[in-house]
Amino acid sequence: MTATKTTAAIALLAASTLALSSCASSKRDEGAKKSGNAANTSATLNFGAAGAPATFDPFYASDGETFRVSRQIFQGLVGFKPGTAEVAPRLATSWKPSADGKTWTFKLKTGVKFTDGTPFNAEAVCKNFKRMDSQNKAGQTASEYWLANMGGYNGAKDELYQGCTAKDAATVQIKISRPTSKFPALLGLPSFSMQSPTAMDKYKANNIKAQGQGFVYSDYANAHPTGTGPMKFQKYDKTNKTVTLVRNDDYAGDDKATVKKVVFSIIPDETARKQALASGQIDGYDLPNPVDWPTLKKDDNLEIRPAFNILYLGLNAKVDPDLKDLRVRQALYYAINRDQLVKSQLPDGATVATQFIPNTVAGYNKSLKPYKYDPKKAKSLLKAAGKSNLKITLWYPTEVTRPYMPAPDKIFNAIKKDWQAVGVKVTPKPLPWAGGYVTGTQNGNAAAYLMGWTGDYNTPDNFLGNFFSDPKGQMTVGAYPWGDKLHKALSDDDSVVDEAQRATAYEKLNKQIMEDYLPGLPISSSPPAIVFSKKVTGVTPSPLTDEHLWTAKVSK
Amino acid sequence: MLRFIVRRLLQAVLVLFIVSLLLFTWLRKLPGGPIDAILGERATPETRAALRKTLGLDQSIPVQYLHFLNNAIHGNFGTSTQVQTGTDALDLFFQRLPATVELSVLALILAVITAIPLGYFAAKRHGGFLDTGSVVLSLVGVAVPVFFLGFVLKYFFSIEWHMLPPAGRQNPDLDATRITNFYVLDGLLTREYDAAWDALKHLILPAITLASVPFAVIFRITRASVLEVLNEDYVRTAESKGLSERIIRGRHVLHNALLPVVTTIGLQVGALLTGAVLTETVFGYPGLGDALAQAFRQRDYAVLQVLILAAALGYILVNLLVDVAYAIIDPRIRTR
Repeated sequence: MTATKTTAAIALLAASTLALSSCASSKRDEGAKKSGNAANTSATLNFGAAGAPATFDPFYASDGETFRVSRQIFQGLVGFKPGTAEVAPRLATSWKPSADGKTWTFKLKTGVKFTDGTPFNAEAVCKNFKRMDSQNKAGQTASEYWLANMGGYNGAKDELYQGCTAKDAATVQIKISRPTSKFPALLGLPSFSMQSPTAMDKYKANNIKAQGQGFVYSDYANAHPTGTGPMKFQKYDKTNKTVTLVRNDDYAGDDKATVKKVVFSIIPDETARKQALASGQIDGYDLPNPVDWPTLKKDDNLEIRPAFNILYLGLNAKVDPDLKDLRVRQALYYAINRDQLVKSQLPDGATVATQFIPNTVAGYNKSLKPYKYDPKKAKSLLKAAGKSNLKITLWYPTEVTRPYMPAPDKIFNAIKKDWQAVGVKVTPKPLPWAGGYVTGTQNGNAAAYLMGWTGDYNTPDNFLGNFFSDPKGQMTVGAYPWGDKLHKALSDDDSVVDEAQRATAYEKLNKQIMEDYLPGLPISSSPPAIVFSKKVTGVTPSPLTDEHLWTAKVSK
Repeated sequence: MLRFIVRRLLQAVLVLFIVSLLLFTWLRKLPGGPIDAILGERATPETRAALRKTLGLDQSIPVQYLHFLNNAIHGNFGTSTQVQTGTDALDLFFQRLPATVELSVLALILAVITAIPLGYFAAKRHGGFLDTGSVVLSLVGVAVPVFFLGFVLKYFFSIEWHMLPPAGRQNPDLDATRITNFYVLDGLLTREYDAAWDALKHLILPAITLASVPFAVIFRITRASVLEVLNEDYVRTAESKGLSERIIRGRHVLHNALLPVVTTIGLQVGALLTGAVLTETVFGYPGLGDALAQAFRQRDYAVLQVLILAAALGYILVNLLVDVAYAIIDPRIRTR
């Protein structure tokens, strides 16, 4: 009886499988599959990503994983010279500001088409800007980069963007409300890439909604991103967590793709990415842990990027009034043995910071010397300030590594030890990065904390402005008597039209910040790395993480 | 039987309601939240406040909960903010479910087909070499942490010998057709046998890793249970009646020894879900466990809510199934 039942069950299963398989059929593109790895130009580059792209419409994005994908599909009016943060022509071949720095005229590349066939011209540029500027309520909170750089929407009071005019098919004029060092560099940000107006209309790109405590994006952002870049979007296989891009054979640039496909395999765990590389499953991944650098250097192509970030120790005198005294802040700075910290806790090539911007940014003051490690001086400064028994709560993040801070707990321990050595009592306050750390520090609740910034583009304002332009922001510079002066200097220097004059102004300001104000303690700049297997060459590491993966040469 | 099942299902609804209330409150009492994960270093207090308002996170917890409940009744469980930004959390659950089911089923099959025979023969040859050997093996299964076993397997099979892939579900280059999202099944149905084989290869190492704990537990219970039954009078009687070994094994020993084993297997299904979180993270395997780990790290409320509620529901259903299976194996339970 049992045997009969089993046989019947097996027969039923077999029959249903057959029945199902007769109505299911393979839908895959056999031609595409067969071409495989026959020649170099038909190779696939499989890149291990740490997270899924948030959306395929870079305008609503602010995270590195999304931008990495966008950078292969889209292009901006300007771009960056590979391997540097220098602005270079991209969809615009040249540009010129008016004498007052408020009207910018761009000459556009001709003969360029979006991958849906829509021509790229001045009209398309203006449609893009109009689209970015006219966001609904949800769109306004989701497009963080526009808000941070342009300051508002639809002609808001402080908005930088003032309008776009198509002079002729290949000439476009963009008006801004005040001269700023950000222009035109910010147009190279992936968020401000040029997207096909036809595809954006067809798939309702601006149709973004806040729903169920999250954002729901448009069809355009989910499945139809259309740009002018060397690669085009093919599919996002959500169940397999892979994003596939294919070569844009109609790409108008000289740097045509050397690979047929770029696949992003999403593997959140870093060790799993490392093992996937070692096994040959993926061809590269970003931000390998500095601990693994020696092994990766030996077995793979470890590409070290130019350092374009700052790690700093933020101070907030509003939370801890003891910090109001410049001597106390200086003492805390002199007490940290930064040479040793950089050598022992940060990757090869990391340097001790002398100011709040890295040394590649225009406006960097070369004459500034680092605060030398001097525990004696620290003690005497504390004594002079009457704070020999200083107590301080030092915040540090857990569950995170950032390019400028590979191991926050170790950096914290080193600083704590140094401070204790000069008699400062340190109370540790560890918090998960997304579990209260960012909110706490950004809302100005932390007396002392570790934080950092990687530049978006090469202007001092992108660093200094982020740190100090908001008087009530993280370091609450508004609490100091010189707060207003600093605020004004930041906005004045940013508006200087002449580049050389602007650099001089910032050099002066950097000196003032370090010697007279010292609102926080810049610690270091460290170079992040990206790694590829030995069979991959041809990708130039970029300080902006603007790697052109399509230029990879993959050998068999 | 029907009344029994209906009563249990009604209990399940109540349990789910309580779990959802606790979960919702607890998540929002945790420090941080999705805003941190979304905005990062740059955001000013104003931007943060604006985003909180847009996402409705500025309202009081009871109001937020009522919104959630109202939406949930209409099948809307919220939107993922991080794991798969913009995706409906319930859709995400169904997208990820087949991966975890595929993995858990294979792991459970591996555990059951090795543990039950091994447990039976270990008990039969009590104290012998096979017995000692398998007891040690089962101890290793329980004692070795899942992530370590995963690393060791990957090191040899993927990195040293290049036999099996260390991460993922399927080689994207195969461009496989998807129907059910059970990749092995899809490959068979569409006759893309290379795709089915590739998916199976991706499953082997995680399945072995995930099977280690259930294997050990099922083995030990089987062994103990068989040992006990072997000493029962009715087995001795059967032996003295001269019944064949096969009949004694099938009808008398295994049939009676399996009752506690079935309960254990049922409980292990719950343990598999827990194990899947670690295993899937270690193997970058895109299932529910991977989503849960990521959602927790990045405070993706909607995804956490759906996954935890689904786990609770799953647990309730599995227990119900175990009770039904009990009733089938042992009719005495049914009549009570």
